[in-house]
Amino acid sequence: MSTIKERESLVAEQAAKMGKSIYTDNDVKLTEQRLPMQKESPKLTSLEDAIRYSGLKDGMTISFHHHFRGGDKVVNMVVDKLAEMGFKNLHLAASSLQDVHAPLIEHVKNGVITKISTSGLRGALANEISRGLMDEPVVFRSHGGRGSAIANGDLHIDVAFIGASSSDPLGNACGYSRSENAKSICGSLGYALPDARYADKVVILTDDLVDYPNTPNSISEHDVDYVVEVESVGDSSKIASGAIRDTKNPRDILLAQQAAKVIVNSGYFNDGFSIQTGSGGASLAAVKFLRDSMIEKGIKASFALGGITSHMVKLHQEGLIDRLIDVQSFDKVAAESIKSDPMHKEVSACEYASADEPGSAVHYLDIVILSALEADVNFNVNVLVGSDGIIRGAIGGHPDTAADSALSIIVCPLVRGRIPCVVDEVTTLITPGSTVDVIVTEYGIAVNPRRPELAERLKEAGLKVVDINWLRDKALSIIGNPAPLPFGDKVVGVVMNRDGSVMDVIKNIEEKKD
Amino acid sequence: MMFVPGNNPGMMADAHIYGPDSIMLDLEDSVSMAEKDTARLLVHNALKSIDYGDTEMVVRINPLNTPYGKKDIEAMVKAGVHVIRMPKTETAEEVREVEREIEKVEKELGCLGRTKIMAAIESALGVVNAYDIATASPRMMGIALGAEDYCANLKTQRSKGGDELRLARETIVVAARAAGIDALDTVYSNLNDMETFRNEVEYIKTLGFDGKSIINPRQIEVVNEVFAPTEKDIEKARAIVAAIKEAEKKGSGVIALNGKMIDRPVVIRAERTINLAIASGILKEEDL
Repeated sequence: MSTIKERESLVAEQAAKMGKSIYTDNDVKLTEQRLPMQKESPKLTSLEDAIRYSGLKDGMTISFHHHFRGGDKVVNMVVDKLAEMGFKNLHLAASSLQDVHAPLIEHVKNGVITKISTSGLRGALANEISRGLMDEPVVFRSHGGRGSAIANGDLHIDVAFIGASSSDPLGNACGYSRSENAKSICGSLGYALPDARYADKVVILTDDLVDYPNTPNSISEHDVDYVVEVESVGDSSKIASGAIRDTKNPRDILLAQQAAKVIVNSGYFNDGFSIQTGSGGASLAAVKFLRDSMIEKGIKASFALGGITSHMVKLHQEGLIDRLIDVQSFDKVAAESIKSDPMHKEVSACEYASADEPGSAVHYLDIVILSALEADVNFNVNVLVGSDGIIRGAIGGHPDTAADSALSIIVCPLVRGRIPCVVDEVTTLITPGSTVDVIVTEYGIAVNPRRPELAERLKEAGLKVVDINWLRDKALSIIGNPAPLPFGDKVVGVVMNRDGSVMDVIKNIEEKKD
Repeated sequence: MMFVPGNNPGMMADAHIYGPDSIMLDLEDSVSMAEKDTARLLVHNALKSIDYGDTEMVVRINPLNTPYGKKDIEAMVKAGVHVIRMPKTETAEEVREVEREIEKVEKELGCLGRTKIMAAIESALGVVNAYDIATASPRMMGIALGAEDYCANLKTQRSKGGDELRLARETIVVAARAAGIDALDTVYSNLNDMETFRNEVEYIKTLGFDGKSIINPRQIEVVNEVFAPTEKDIEKARAIVAAIKEAEKKGSGVIALNGKMIDRPVVIRAERTINLAIASGILKEEDL
């Protein structure tokens, strides 16, 4: 016979061997009704305390996501607080930055922020940075590249500040809400998921604090250290529009028709194909034309990927697309769908487009339709820097999807106002020409010489396939040769390839001297 | 034929990329009095500098009884326009007057006879004189119906079925056919009602019109679809054209296909079918 009492000495012996303590029954058990406790948690605190407890120090890296787009209030709120608390020399690593982040200019000037990593920059901040605001160049990564860099430690995040449309006091958080107080709905939180998983400390900021358990959830309490309730994380009118309206711009419609014809005749338009499109007018209209062809030919897609729009949701609901894989929801219809439809899956930036993960969705992508600020005669594409040399865009998933898809189609007008879009050489290299297959313009379709079989198929279908040099000449004949840009000698931006190598740099632009 | 306002450089630069058969740059109703001179200059420069490819270029001028008409003709002929479109044409004499103005400029340039004329018929008197107008000059290449002014003149308004336009439409087609020139139908301006637009295009095709005036690139596809010949038509037309070529090779005057003689109208219709098939993108020129 052996009793607990009798084994005490053996337990002590084993504990000493293992370097562990010995269990003591402290005889405390909570007996209250649990419902009121669902509103509480030790993680729930103020922003200032969350920052203090997180152990953030000068010189560390903080991160943000851009799912609240032009309506985001989180970045400015947090950086204002950090400035007020006297932090200096921080590295701000956002998935993207927008016009609304112009107040960061002051925080760069006063030394709170000395380094920025992002996928995109727009507005006054982009303008100032292009003119040399920062001593250290901004590091630009694609969405897949950022995911990889966070996962492999290239981009180490000390504290992630994640705005959420709803969260419970433990940090189970979503980009949507099931409560009546839902304020700022964005849908997928895909770009914030690597931050939640890999950052040393994670702070959730929400304007819709709901009772535990906020399930199904996209961020798990397991990854969250602090939860902060705030008045508002974003201006909902600028986060997501209702269903995006169809374009009536005849040029966009023409481009869309051509893109849809390229897809239908590409050889990849077969039952079970997969597709990703952007949210531009031409991309959306292309989905509409493609839908007609899918119905006509009885072809269904296995999944649609990427930024999901109401158009894709509609095709899914009609049974034309089996699954939706969503890293970013572009409108309210998509945000609503991801909340309620289990076939509409939320994925992280890593699962979406990482070059390192064998299972990332882009590896399984047949066709992607992308836009461009500029394309050049070597099929290189620029989506980041305007032809005035000012940063005015975002890399997004452009190079990731172009590289990993079976067929990448760039849709871009030959000229925009007085700006040629097919040029000798792009202002900045973002998506290498080796990964770009087709460029669709209103004047004709250029096929990368690496894909002669594709050119042949499109020609056979009666499409106007032209030489890329002819498009460049055509643009020049309409607009004339633009004067060279007044670049200075300072490097203001570094463009990383998705594999972590440095691909290009952006030089500062100088004021034009008349 | 796509109407493009002559005071909108963006639209003028782009118009041909949508593939209309012809483009009408407008100096008349879509341009306000204050902008007449600017628009004339813009259209002149557009014609001289934009590569419209093989699109037929038409300019609608202001009437000669306004201070702008003569200046319009001079500038457009100098810019090398293919066709001058006369608005609100009521008599053959008006056509001859325009012809004289064109001739004056062409003589100066040394290109006599280059510019064609098309007349828009937009009143009861114009309809009554349709054949005279159509035959007023060897430069006449077509007549077109302008329905809005015509309805106002007729003291009625446009209806969905277009009953009020029936006589005018039939008269214009008959006059054009009698004169051996083209007949073009009026515009349909409600861009949100594509179904009525399609019905109207089908209807005027049945009446015998050669084409439709349009105001937006979105209407091009419908017109091309309706006017596109069927596969059977194209097959037949190709066989006829092949027979002609064969006969020409042999130097034979008489053309026969499957034992039947092919007479002139059949040949014309076959060529027209093939041109339409090419214009609608069904047939490629290298396929012939």
